[in-house]
Amino acid sequence: MTEDVVPVMKIGDTLLVALQGDLDDTTVIQIEEQLTREVARTGVSGMLIDVSRLSVVDSFIARVLARIVAMVRLLGAQAAVVGIQPAVAITLVELGVPMGHLDTALNAEQGLALLERLRRADTGTDRP
Amino acid sequence: MTAAGAVTDREPSVFDIVDESDLIRVRKVLRTEAEAVGLNLVDATKLITAGSELARNILNYATGHRGRVTVEQVYRQSRRGVRATFADDGPGIEDIEAALTDGFSTRGSMGLGLPGARRLVDDMTLTSAAGSGTTVVIVKWQR
Repeated sequence: MTEDVVPVMKIGDTLLVALQGDLDDTTVIQIEEQLTREVARTGVSGMLIDVSRLSVVDSFIARVLARIVAMVRLLGAQAAVVGIQPAVAITLVELGVPMGHLDTALNAEQGLALLERLRRADTGTDRP
Repeated sequence: MTAAGAVTDREPSVFDIVDESDLIRVRKVLRTEAEAVGLNLVDATKLITAGSELARNILNYATGHRGRVTVEQVYRQSRRGVRATFADDGPGIEDIEAALTDGFSTRGSMGLGLPGARRLVDDMTLTSAAGSGTTVVIVKWQR
């Protein structure tokens, strides 16, 4: 049976999810499954993953975040990671986790604007 | 005094790594000690992340997927720091040089664990021999 592990808010055509606490690997995988499921179920065109309450993001969590974004794109939506803490950003870069291909924004507000730009770019190139 | 510094007389935290809930414990203990010795937020985050990577290495590679972590406060002159030792009785690392190289992995992962952890701390020593386990010691000093 599938289980919801994080609260997901739907605002208009966007899902907003805020991760917090110290996440173990099992929870991270459950979040991945839940978010992918939610995007498919709701048919939204975008999702923001707010990580501002995560004080530690190790290579495993970072890898799964990148995977979630890739899966959401496969479902035809856009996803962005917002609110990475400065200390976490410094740590991830030194750790060497490749995250350059991820769409990120400073906070949820800028994330919404980013999603809007991504949606426009999407329709602009795919549907002339 | 060695590069790793002298141990304070404070009791070290010693515990086993047997499943992934212990990764959270490693992070918690490292955070507590980092705050106790006065590491700044960035250094504390680096130390905790390095510890998380090394503890996961134990779960992934060690025999029986288990090992032991020791966390202690250390000092060198007037500086304080946190030292964490990750030990297992696993198969050991045949080629330490390769294991410390970015992108090297025997399991098809990204191979960031050891070289990545080394970049996050001030000092990391790795002792291993094929068949006799692996011990990784990391130290982070206050600025």
